[in-house]
Amino acid sequence: MTDRLPGFSTLAVHAGAQPDPTTGARATPIYQTTSFVFNDADHAASLFGLQAFGNIYTRIGNPTNAVLEERVAALEGGTAALVVASGHAAQVVVLQQLLKPGDEFIAARKLYGGSINQFTHAFKSFGWNVVWADTDDIGSFERAVTPHTKAIFTESIANPGGTVTDIEAIAAVARKAGVPLIVDNTLATPYLIRPIDHGADIVVHSLTKFLGGHGNSIGGVIVDAGTFDWSRDNKYPMLSEPRPEYHGIKIHETFGNFAFAIACRVLGLRDLGPALSPFNAFMILTGIETLPLRMQKHCDNAKAVAEYLAGHPAVASVNYAGLEGDKYHSVARKYCPKGAGAVFTFSLKGGFDAGVKLVSNLKLFSHLANVGDTRSLVIHPASTTHSQLDDAAKVKAGAGPDIVRLSIGIEDKEDLIADLEQALA
Amino acid sequence: MVRDARKGALLTMRGNIEHDRTSMNHDTYSDDYIRGILNSVKVIAMVGASPVDARPSYFAFKYLVQRGYDMIPVNPGHVGKTLLGRPFVASLGDIGRPFDMIDIFRSSAHIMPVVDEALTTAPLPKVIWMQLGARDDAAAAKAEAAGIKVVMNRCPKIEYGRLSSEISWMGVNSRTISAKRAPIPTQGMRLSLNRTSLGGAATTAADRAAKNKTESS
Repeated sequence: MTDRLPGFSTLAVHAGAQPDPTTGARATPIYQTTSFVFNDADHAASLFGLQAFGNIYTRIGNPTNAVLEERVAALEGGTAALVVASGHAAQVVVLQQLLKPGDEFIAARKLYGGSINQFTHAFKSFGWNVVWADTDDIGSFERAVTPHTKAIFTESIANPGGTVTDIEAIAAVARKAGVPLIVDNTLATPYLIRPIDHGADIVVHSLTKFLGGHGNSIGGVIVDAGTFDWSRDNKYPMLSEPRPEYHGIKIHETFGNFAFAIACRVLGLRDLGPALSPFNAFMILTGIETLPLRMQKHCDNAKAVAEYLAGHPAVASVNYAGLEGDKYHSVARKYCPKGAGAVFTFSLKGGFDAGVKLVSNLKLFSHLANVGDTRSLVIHPASTTHSQLDDAAKVKAGAGPDIVRLSIGIEDKEDLIADLEQALA
Repeated sequence: MVRDARKGALLTMRGNIEHDRTSMNHDTYSDDYIRGILNSVKVIAMVGASPVDARPSYFAFKYLVQRGYDMIPVNPGHVGKTLLGRPFVASLGDIGRPFDMIDIFRSSAHIMPVVDEALTTAPLPKVIWMQLGARDDAAAAKAEAAGIKVVMNRCPKIEYGRLSSEISWMGVNSRTISAKRAPIPTQGMRLSLNRTSLGGAATTAADRAAKNKTESS
């Protein structure tokens, strides 16, 4: 007897979905309901006690959302997933399972500006202390490890700097420290990089970006790799110790290699509340069906635009790992041979003023604070997404005052280049 | 063992997993192997079944009852009581009727005596299943030499839920797909486990988890 392994595109269309048992509907229905009727009192008790598989209340789980969860888990090669209201919510829910007040986590300094803010300010008020490390210096991660370290966090492709992370090197540090490696895979998507294959224990995404892909729905997801032994010591009591809110169940003992995803659902999502709307889940699911097609087009377009800009006399530098000679080109060749993503930055010889002029001159690129849309987007990070950082931190995050960020869409590349040509003229 | 895990991964990459009794790989199991067991057994003796409703054995026992299996709780500490209406027995020898499978809810160190006792029963069970976290390769080899199929470090509730995709309600990757319309599950109903599998029980992550376990133990 044999088991056949379907390809990525097949999983992008099919994983998690099946014809609706009740109606035969082939597209995944939008179960726009708050609650689900129990068969009887025993069924209700079984569901509340985590003894049966099923639906209770959409804040905890929903059949439309479950399809999205299984699909992303399948594409990432994880054991399970949990969708939440946003990428930011995913980060809160993940760290709530891992950190207690006074604990630390190490994060790569080059991150989405919103994450830098969340880690620095919001999490500080929870007593979760971020310790920054430098992706270009793996030793800085090792040196940051203390007895209070509970996790290491990095982006696979960093926003906005075009940094491609050596995930395996950081995974080795995490393993030695006995803590899980969390990788934000938003800008790569599993089509380009599957962090679990390189040693990640937890993967998070903003589904808002390339996975949803159409700029119409906010969402986030947490993927459990099933690789971390939560009961090895007493470091992670949310998973290894009896939970009073569930009659003394130990989550890891009960749920094995998808315990982390369950903890995020029944301890995180249930109590913190950032549930994803089933309608958003439906929109994102529909987007994922075409992820392989879109992502390749995004990457091919991005490479063409980056090459054009690199040859333009008004451009000082282009930070795109897909370009030969780029600092991260060899790492990109190893981790994402199909393409280096579609978000990158460049700087103009004319500095800040030239950047502002470019943004206002562009006609096809939309000036807005998002990435991973079908449409091409442009923004000046220093005055927007990274504006709350001080100048030194902006430069360290790859968002200095002279930097312009592009998110390349799936239009015809000739039109994108023509728009840049007229705007730079 | 690490080398075995890698061998399992290579077989998976090729897309084919063959199981034969002489060189059973217990790091990974093909879905067909697990499916074959869950589709064929009817009577299951659960060694270490607990009446405490927060224990994993209670969860699994209740779920397997709901999915139509004839469950027998085995636990000498609870003789005289019942579990969901089924009387506890002290040992496998006290069951007094044939059973197809033993599901062992004991830690690895306590597996061998159960297997030894199982080998004295007549007729022999067809399957010995050890729960998540439990593994005893010597005990497995002994059982397999007697023609008994062995599963280690897995949960039948999770595997049944996975192969039927019922577990998908929890966001779990069932590693199966299907374009067929499934019947609506009701109480006591056996579900179809015959969905298309996505390449055995092995993923890169599962191989790595097995490797981590080996190296840290």
